[in-house]
This record gives sequence, C-alpha cells and structure tokens, in this order.
Amino acid sequence: MNRLPNFLAAIALVLAAFLCAAPSARAQTLDETLARFATDRFPDTARAVEEIARSGHPMALEIVEALTDGRLAWRPSDRRLYVIGADGATRAAETGKAEPDSEAAGLRRVRVNNPVRQTIAAALGVLRLNSADPGQRRVAAEAIMQSRDATQAPALEAALGRERDARVATAITLALAALRVVDPAQPESVRLAAIDALAERGSRDALVLLRSIPADAPAAIRARAERAAAGVERHLAILGGIQNLFFGLSLGSVLLLAAIGLAITFGVMGIINMAHGEMVMLGAYTTFVVQEVLRAHAPSLFDWSLLFALPLAFLVSGSVGIAIERTIIRYLYGRPLETLLATWGVSLALQQAVRTIFGSSNREVGNPAFMTGSFDLFGIALTWSRLWIVVFTIAVFAFLLFVIRYTDFGLRMRAVVQNRAMAGSVGIRTNWIDAFTFGLGSGIAGIAGVALSQIDNVSPNLGQGYIIDSFMVVVFGGVGSLWGTLVAALSLGVANKLLEPVAGAVLGKIAILVFIILFIQKRPRGLFAQKGRTAES
Amino acid sequence: MIVQRLAGRLGLSERIFVAVVVALCVLVPLANLVFPPGSPFHVSNASVVLYGKWMTYALLALSLDLVWGYCGILSLGHGAFFALGGYAMGMYLMRSIGTRGVYGNAILPDFMVFLNWKELPYAWYFFDWFGYAMLMVMFVPGLLAFVLGWFAFRSRVTGVYLSIITQAVTFALQLSFFRNDMGFGGNNGLTDFKDLLGFPVQAQSTRAVLFALSALALLGGFAIAKAIVSSKLGLVLIAIRDAETRTRFLGYRVERFKLFVFVVSAVMAGIAGALYVPQVGIINPSEFSPANSIEAVIWVAVGGRGTLTGAALGAVLVNASKTWLTAALPTLWLFVLGALFILVTLFLPKGIVGTLGAWFADRRGKP
Amino acid sequence: MRDTLKWGVYMQFSRRRFLGTTAAVAAGVTLAAPSIRAQGAPVKVGILHSLSGTMAISETTLKDVMLMLIEEQNKKGGILGRKLEAAVVDPASNWPLFAEKARELITAQKCAATFGCWTSVSRKSVLPVFEELNSILFYPVQYEGEESSKNVFYTGAAPNQQAIPAVDYLMESEKVQRWVLAGTDYVYPRTTNRILEAYLKLKGVKQEDILINYTPFGHSDWQTIVRQIKAFGGAGKKTAVVSTINGDANVPFYKELGNQGVAAKDIPVVAFSVGEEELAGIDTKPLVGHLAAWNYFMSVDAPENKDFIKKWQAFIKNPKRVTNDPMEAHVIGFNMWVKAVEKAGTFDSEAVIDAMIGVAVPNLTGGISTMMPNHHITKPVLIGEIQADGQINTVWQTSGLVVGDEWSDYLEGSKDLISDWRKPLSCGNFNVKAGKCGGKA
Repeated sequence: MNRLPNFLAAIALVLAAFLCAAPSARAQTLDETLARFATDRFPDTARAVEEIARSGHPMALEIVEALTDGRLAWRPSDRRLYVIGADGATRAAETGKAEPDSEAAGLRRVRVNNPVRQTIAAALGVLRLNSADPGQRRVAAEAIMQSRDATQAPALEAALGRERDARVATAITLALAALRVVDPAQPESVRLAAIDALAERGSRDALVLLRSIPADAPAAIRARAERAAAGVERHLAILGGIQNLFFGLSLGSVLLLAAIGLAITFGVMGIINMAHGEMVMLGAYTTFVVQEVLRAHAPSLFDWSLLFALPLAFLVSGSVGIAIERTIIRYLYGRPLETLLATWGVSLALQQAVRTIFGSSNREVGNPAFMTGSFDLFGIALTWSRLWIVVFTIAVFAFLLFVIRYTDFGLRMRAVVQNRAMAGSVGIRTNWIDAFTFGLGSGIAGIAGVALSQIDNVSPNLGQGYIIDSFMVVVFGGVGSLWGTLVAALSLGVANKLLEPVAGAVLGKIAILVFIILFIQKRPRGLFAQKGRTAES
Repeated sequence: MIVQRLAGRLGLSERIFVAVVVALCVLVPLANLVFPPGSPFHVSNASVVLYGKWMTYALLALSLDLVWGYCGILSLGHGAFFALGGYAMGMYLMRSIGTRGVYGNAILPDFMVFLNWKELPYAWYFFDWFGYAMLMVMFVPGLLAFVLGWFAFRSRVTGVYLSIITQAVTFALQLSFFRNDMGFGGNNGLTDFKDLLGFPVQAQSTRAVLFALSALALLGGFAIAKAIVSSKLGLVLIAIRDAETRTRFLGYRVERFKLFVFVVSAVMAGIAGALYVPQVGIINPSEFSPANSIEAVIWVAVGGRGTLTGAALGAVLVNASKTWLTAALPTLWLFVLGALFILVTLFLPKGIVGTLGAWFADRRGKP
Repeated sequence: MRDTLKWGVYMQFSRRRFLGTTAAVAAGVTLAAPSIRAQGAPVKVGILHSLSGTMAISETTLKDVMLMLIEEQNKKGGILGRKLEAAVVDPASNWPLFAEKARELITAQKCAATFGCWTSVSRKSVLPVFEELNSILFYPVQYEGEESSKNVFYTGAAPNQQAIPAVDYLMESEKVQRWVLAGTDYVYPRTTNRILEAYLKLKGVKQEDILINYTPFGHSDWQTIVRQIKAFGGAGKKTAVVSTINGDANVPFYKELGNQGVAAKDIPVVAFSVGEEELAGIDTKPLVGHLAAWNYFMSVDAPENKDFIKKWQAFIKNPKRVTNDPMEAHVIGFNMWVKAVEKAGTFDSEAVIDAMIGVAVPNLTGGISTMMPNHHITKPVLIGEIQADGQINTVWQTSGLVVGDEWSDYLEGSKDLISDWRKPLSCGNFNVKAGKCGGKA
C-alpha cells in the first residue's frame, strides 16, 4: 500500500532531474553561472554548483572543492569570483590565474547550507568520477547512488568501461543498478540483474531502492524485488542484533573502566570511596591539559596526546589518591561507613576545586584521528572510539591482574588484605601498602578518565555520572572480586543495550536497577562471593 | 504515665533538646504572629519557613539515626521514604486545587491538562480526601520499607550490600518519577499549591502552624524513637548492631526486629516529607536523588550517630551552615562544607553530641 | 534578620553580617518602603543562578553577565541616582533551595528585582515565592510556555519563537518529510514535542513519519539511539532530528553522531538547547551543518553585538569566551528593567511591573525587543548552522519579530487561553471562550 507515495516520489525525482538538466542543456554562459555564486542566496549557489559541474570547465572541480572548504569568495564591488588557496593566495575562479593584488580583505566567502552541501556532494560525484585516485572514484560513485540522478547513467557506463579497480567497479555497478532498477526504459533482464546487485549489497539504501519499485513494473521484477527485499531485511535484522551486542560490550567496558578502580579502593580495601568519580574526572582534566599544551607547543603530536595523558593521569589521580589516604583515610580503617562521610567531603571539595580552576563549563577534549569515525565490518558499523575503549579496557584489566598476581607489590597487597596483623609481623609496611593500593585504585580511575574524556563531557560533574553505576557494578559482581567486576560490568552493559530498543532508555535503566536489587536478595554477596573467614565482616 | 517514665530516662542533652523544641514550637509562631515586624522579638516570615524546613530535616535525620545508630542498618535511601511521604502530601495538595488551576479543570492537575491527559491515573484516586492522603503518607513509605526489609533482612543482606541496594532503590525511584508517563509531574514534580484543609498554604498563620506541627512531629518522633531504644527491644537492636550473628545464635529472630524498626523509621521519614512539602511548596524527583540520602547520613554523623538528639542537631547545623554559606560564600561554600565533613569525621568521630557527651561523662568521672 | 532565636550557628553568622553591612540593610529591617531610603544608598539586584551542582555548567556564565551589566550601569551612574549592588547566592542546582534563596533575596536582602533560574523546575519552585512577596523575576531561558505570572518576565523564547519556525525552515528549505523528535524526558521536551507533533500533523505529516524518543537526564550512551535514527532516516525520505536533548547529554550525543557518520547533509539535527557555550566543549568539525534555532547567535553581524562581545570578553578577561542566547536575554531583560524603573520613577515592584509592559530596548541582533502584555518579549527567530570553529552562522531568519506565545495554540488545554497583565484585565490565563479568568473561581 505504502509503495504508492514512494513511487510518486520516484517520479518526482526523475522529473526534477530532467527539469534541472534542462536549463543546463541550453547554452549557458559561464559568466552567468559564476555570477550566481555571488548573489549570496543559497538556491542560486546550489544552481551554480549544478551548472558548473556539468559545464566541463577545467576549473570546475577546483571551484566546487573550494566551496566545500569555504575557500570560494566573491568581491562585492564587481561580483567577481576568486578561489583562495590553502596558503591564502587568491586566484581568479574563471581563469585559475593568480591575482595577488586582489586583496583578500575585501572578499566575501560564498556561504553554504545543507541543501547546497547536498548539491555539492552530487556534483563532486560527477566531477570526481574521472579522478586519478581510485578512492575518490569510489566516493563519487557512491555519491551518484545517493543522489539517484538518472542523467548520470551514461557517465557511469562510460566510467565502468574503463575502470580497472575491482572495488571501484563494484561501486559503479551498484550505482548503475540503483539508477536502472527504477528505470522503466531498461529491459527486464537488466533490471533483474540490478535487483540482484542490490540484494547482494544488502544495505539499508539497497532496501529502500528495492522497496521503491513502482507498482506498475512487470510482475517478475516486483516478485524478485520483493524476495530480495525480504532477504535484505533478514540480513539487516541479524546485523542489528550483532550490532546491539557490540553496543552492549562497549557500554559494559565503559562501566568496567569506571568501576575497576573502585573495585580496588572499595572492593579490596573496603573504603566506601565517594570521591572515586572525582578521580575519574581528574584523569579527564589531565587529558584536557595535555591536549592544550600540545595544541600550543607541538600540534604535530596531537594524535599522540592520549598516550602522553595516560601515564600523567595515572600519576595525577594516583598521587591525589595517596594524599587522601595519608591525610584522611588512614585514620578511618575499621570504620568503613565513616570513610563514606569523609570521602564525600573530599568529593565536594575536588569538584569545586576543578570548577574554580577550569570553570564550570565543558572543556573540549579532541579525539585523535585514530579514534574518529567508524568502519564497516561485514555490514556492521563499528565506531573507532568505542572499539579502542573496549581494547583499552581489556588492557587495563590485564595490567591490573598482572600487578596483583605477579608483582612483589601485588603479593604484599594481597597479604595485607588477607591478614593485616600477620602481614605486618613478617615485615610488610602495611600502612605504605595501604597508601599505594589506594593510589593504584585512584590511578586506574584516572586512566579511565582519559578514555571517558573521549566519549563524554569533560566537566566538574563528570564523576557524579559514574559513581552510582560503579558501585552497582562492584556490588553486583561481588565485593573483592576483580573477575566479578568484569562479568558484572559486561553483563549489565549487554543487558542494558538489549533492553533499550524494547523498553526505551529510561525504563531499561530502571529495569536493570530492579534486577540488581532482586539479585542481591538472592545472592547477598554478589555474583562472585568471597568465601572463607575473611568474607564475614 | 508513659511520658513520666520516658522523661525519667532522658539524659541531660535530651532534656535540653526537648525543652528547646517545645520552646521553639510555642515561641516561633508567637514571635512571628504576635509581634509586629520591626519589633526586636519578631521572627520574620522567611525564617519561619526556613526553620520549619529544618525541623522536617531533623525528623528525617532522627528516623535515620534510629536504624543506623541503633540497629546498624545504613540506609543510603532514606530520602526515598521522605520523598514518597512528600509526594502523597503533594498529591493531596494538587487535588485540592480543584478548578483554581490555570486550565480550570476540576479533576486533572495542570500538568496533566497540558500534556493532554484525559483521565486521572488510578494512583491519584481518593487523594482529594485528606484522611486518605495522610494514610498514604505513612502507608506508602512503610510498605516500601516492609517489602524491601522483608526480602533483604531474610536473605541476610547486610552492611555495604544493604546500603547499596537502598541506594539503588532510591535511584530507581528517582528515574521512575522523572518519567512523565508515570503521571507524577515528571521532572517538575508537583507545585503551585493553593491550600491545605482550606487554609491557604502561603498564609502566614498556616506557615506558623505548619512550623509548630513540624516541631511537634519532631518531638513525637523523638518520643517514639526514645521509647524504642530504651526498651528491651532497643537492647536487642543494639545487640544486632554490634554482633548480629551472635544475637541470632542467642535465639532472636533478628530479621523481625530489623524489619520492625526499619518500617517505623520509614514511616517517620514519610511524615517528615509530608510536612516538608507544604512549607517549601514543591516536591519533585530530585528529592529521591542518592546525594540527598547521603547528605542525610552526613547530618546524623555530624551530630552524632546513636544519640537521636545529635541527629536532629546535625541536620539543623549542616542546613543552617548551608543556608548561610550559599549566600555569604557562593563560590567557595563547597570547600567549607567538604572540609567540615572531613574534619568532623577525623576529629569528632562520635559527632558533636557524642563527643560532648563523652567529654561531660569524662569530667564527671574525675573528681 | 533580627530574630529572637538564640541558637545555632545561623544566628551568630547573621548577626555578624548584620553588623558588617551597610545601613541599607538596617533600614530594610524596618520594612520601610524602599523609596523612603536615603538617596544614593545602593539598590540590590538578586542573582539566582546555580554556581555548583549539575546546572552550574550553564548558569555560572549568566551570573557573570549580570555582574557585568550591573557594573556598567553603575558606571553610567546607576538608576535614579542610586548605585546597584549585586546580591549573588548559590542555589546549588537544588530546587527547594531555589525557593529558599529566592525568599532570602527578596525579604532579607531586599532585592528590587531578581535575575535567575535556568531549568523550568527551578522557576516553578520560586514562582510561588515571587507571587507571594510580589517581587520581580527575569527568566532568561527558552522554555515550554504554558505559564504566565504577574511577577515573572520571560525573556527567553516560547515554543513559537524557536521550535515552530525551525520546523518550518526544515520543511521548506530542506524538504524534510520524516521527523525524529528526540528529547530528554522532562517537561520542556514533552511539551515542545507535543506542540510539534500537533503542528506536523496539521501540515500533513503522517504518524508513521514521526518517531518520538525520550532519554534520561545525563544520558551518555547514545549508540543505540543514533543507530535508530540512522535506520529511521534510511527509509528513503528526507529525515531530520528535532533535538530537545538537555545540556549535559548533548556532548556525547553529538560525539556519537559524528562517529557514526550522520552527516548534516543527510540527516540534519536541529537543536533548541545547544548554543555556543555547549559547542565550546566539542570538536565541531564533524557537526558542520547541523542546526540550532535561537533568537541570538554570537556570529550575528550587528554593531550592538560586536560591542557586547568586546565588553564581555574584556570583563571576563578571556578573549575566547563565547556568548549565547540566554546571555542576550539577560541583557534585554536588564535594560528593560532599567528603563521601566526610570519610567516608574521608583523601584517599587508594583509600579515597575506596570511600567514594564511596552518597554522597548535594542536587542543584540540589530532590532528592538518589546515587552508584551503577556510578559513575554518580541524576538527574531534565527536558524543557524554549526560551523567548524564552534560558531553558529545564520542561514535563515524571520522577516520580522515574533511575539512570544505563552499559551500554545496547538495544545488542547491552552488554545483558548490568553494572558494580558494590563489593567483592568490583569489576568495570566484568561479563557476567551468562557470569557473569564482562570484560577480565581
């Protein structure tokens, strides 16, 4: 039933394409086209982009690219158009000749908005189809597929004929298929082949095309498209499930990252550390400071900023942790509930300190190049930042396990936790072990802050957003068990993400909390309960 | 007779406490209503509201001290009981607005009208009747405490685990009440109240009476708590606090004692919330926020855990300093408050009243 | 502040302050009418913005703007020959504390007017206090409407000054046919989305082309929702997202949008709560082209604006500090108040409230904003696109000024209501059908 509007839309699109093409078919003087850029009206700009893309003018690509980057300018006095180079040099748009004496100050940039950007993308598709760079050619083919500009079919066919690169050829075939599948002028066999190509692609835009076959198309085509669409849908559903699982793992690793420091200070040492969130926050602000310094003094190293920030954040949060332990917490051992009170006070003071130093608004922490964007893995879009956080979390967890299992410090730490008096009497300086253990937990929280700065606000409230979740994770996993924390964080993350599409974000979160409450009734000491004499406190 | 027996058991600090609260209960409304503004004995209208708010906070702290100080249950979710009591009162106040709301709808509160609700949700039925609302003020927090306690104490969830699940409860409630679909006004909560039992809530006399009622409720709460802790039951509670397993081995059904005192405490917190709402004029989900409950714990700790009077004093002291500091040092007050919490923990581990009490006992001990 | 109570820290402190401050406070104790006070004694202006807690992020700046405006006015000689003095308090993002602090500002500090609040709930919380004590509040933030109080002047946008023009723009200029209404689950997004839903349906958009999604406060994991948006937008019709997502949750939302490659040219996001301040915390390169609808942008090319930016950056001693819409609202509100006081010749709130209506002052976008009888102001509506440098450039604006409509015409309950605080009507919710003022039955 709902295919009718789609059909109408398709007709309209084709018509529109013809209408747009018609004026350009007329002999247009280039001057007229270029003058359109200088009217400072978006529809004119869009039309000018279309016209210049079809004009075959040698400067066309350069002009459109300059427009994309905001380097196209016009002079109000005579409406002449200039391209400003990346180095600031001005050249006349019409001839490409350098005109150094046209002072840049008097020029006004040609503005763009979203409709113009769309036109630009389509125009670049046309212009770059013959580019020397295979990557650009592929992008161009995809742009044409997006624009569904039927007039580009001959250009695509020509491009396909001379294409040597297999991946580009696939992209062009697909773009052609997208144009042909809705084109009633094509023979049936061609349209059926187009349907097969689209079905193989299996993406959402392919599904849209398959669904937009007009109702008056031959029955064979409609049936094939129907079948193909169903197949694509199934495929997408499976992908969606896998994608959700990844979202869950990613959320779980964020939870784990936030909670893992607490698993030490609270889980192992028994301190109800309300200032844990602020340790995370300190880590995030350390990242901010590192990036600011790099931006000012060594911009080329910016992509390595996180690498510099990691040890620094560990040191900053760790030493603040040690300072807190030495000045406050060491007087409170054996009174766990009072640590809650004191660390709450610390948390208030730290938040306000950061607010005083850095201001209360969000601070910009940039993503280095390797953490931006996403990539496609068998049709699943994975974002780099999330993926790196998962990897990073695993690394941190492994590091922590290693420290506790295999280092001398870890051995002493376990000894102190298990039997403080005995450890003391064999010569372990228990109070320094306490301080360093708290420092370790805080430091880990600090490096968690480095990672969280990539996906969340860097503001004085950063820590507050994670503290409750962190406590839930540690308690659910079982106080004192690192593996428990791992399992708890990941399972809560996945459960949350599986619930979210069904119940919505708010209800999903409530459901998880209720689940934890009920679970603790069933297993009062969490997933991985500590056994033995030390368990009963 | 009961009063006499109770009075006989009161220590010095408790006698002072009772005397002060009774005096306040009479003097503040008097000073506010009888003496004209400008007279040196006049208590300003703003102060009456403020003191009334502190009284309800004191009652909340008292109820928390009953479970934490005497039974070792550290509830990080007592704010939930307070807020539930407040919501029950708020719902009554909303219903009693009637056609005086901006949209003039006799049944639906304003926020439902402009979100295009057509029917009153079931949860709101009967709340136009004061008696029912007051019943709910006590029943809803009591029921929540009963259900939570019934499961938690039977499964022997103790210590930190119990604290964290109470925190989870209040957090879950906060998120639920945030949801507009719940029908409790979402983030904005309930506000714009007109009158309470026909008395306009903004009238000065109503405020004075509400203050007096809050002070009376505090006294009543204190009497009940004192009666509990100084009875045999109270001894068992302290035994549970200090050695739960041993008490169980002695044959006491620990979970029943805990459940009883937890429910009593929740009801007290609910009443405090109900008195709080008409005085501050708004109830919204932020009252459920875990930070609020933690703050209540801090009041108790500052005043002195396990002293009852200390809890009330702590609530008033912390809130008074907050009131003063947020105006006097608006950009620095969190440092001062944070430092206060740290210093009290380090140097006054028994809280103010506990430390003072120990000091007096010490002096009396020495010749 | 003279109390008979002799207990607690409170008394000690209040007494110290009592002794320490000027005669103005002492005079205030007697509750004398302000006009009787000695000529030249400073007049207090209350600033009620959170300086700590979750809302400090947005509100601290507004406190600074107010301090600047007061300082400037004092340089010009104050008002009616009297200097102004800022009374700053910190309501700490705590709603009941807002009410308490409002009461303190009005009764103890005797503020002639108060500028403050950001969230709707904080305004709702202080509203009864201002009405009871008959004082004046200037509220500078865009909000959901459905309110008009005698004592509040709304200098931010009502939904018709922001949301509806934005939707119009997207429909006409970007030919959007499918809509995602994404918001934080609280009253402003709920109401705005309800208004928009009604409006879209009126324009012939079908139910299946509208997706409404709510998230909790401070939501930080947007993976699922961004994917949902992508899927919804991949159905072949031009799709746009109308975002009423609240401040803090925006940064992770935009970061996720950028990372999942939702480009503005494919699925534009128009936001009503994202301004220059919020963008200052994000790398905006992946966001170029996403939209914002406000009544002011820092990039607006007007001499008043250039002047304001220069003064602001000098005042805050940071040449990179940005300005935003609520700041402009405070500028307008403050200038209006100054004018109204001068017109009334007194600081007395009753007289000033009457004098406010009709007062017109220049706004920062090159026009004149006027206080209307419904206590809302006239504003231009600007639609802007986010640029790579974190600025928002205007791509469209209303030809004239738009009057704030407090009672939405698109909501069942309020379409018959109007507000007019001029005498003799003096009513915030007059029902034109029933011909009577609500809330007084």
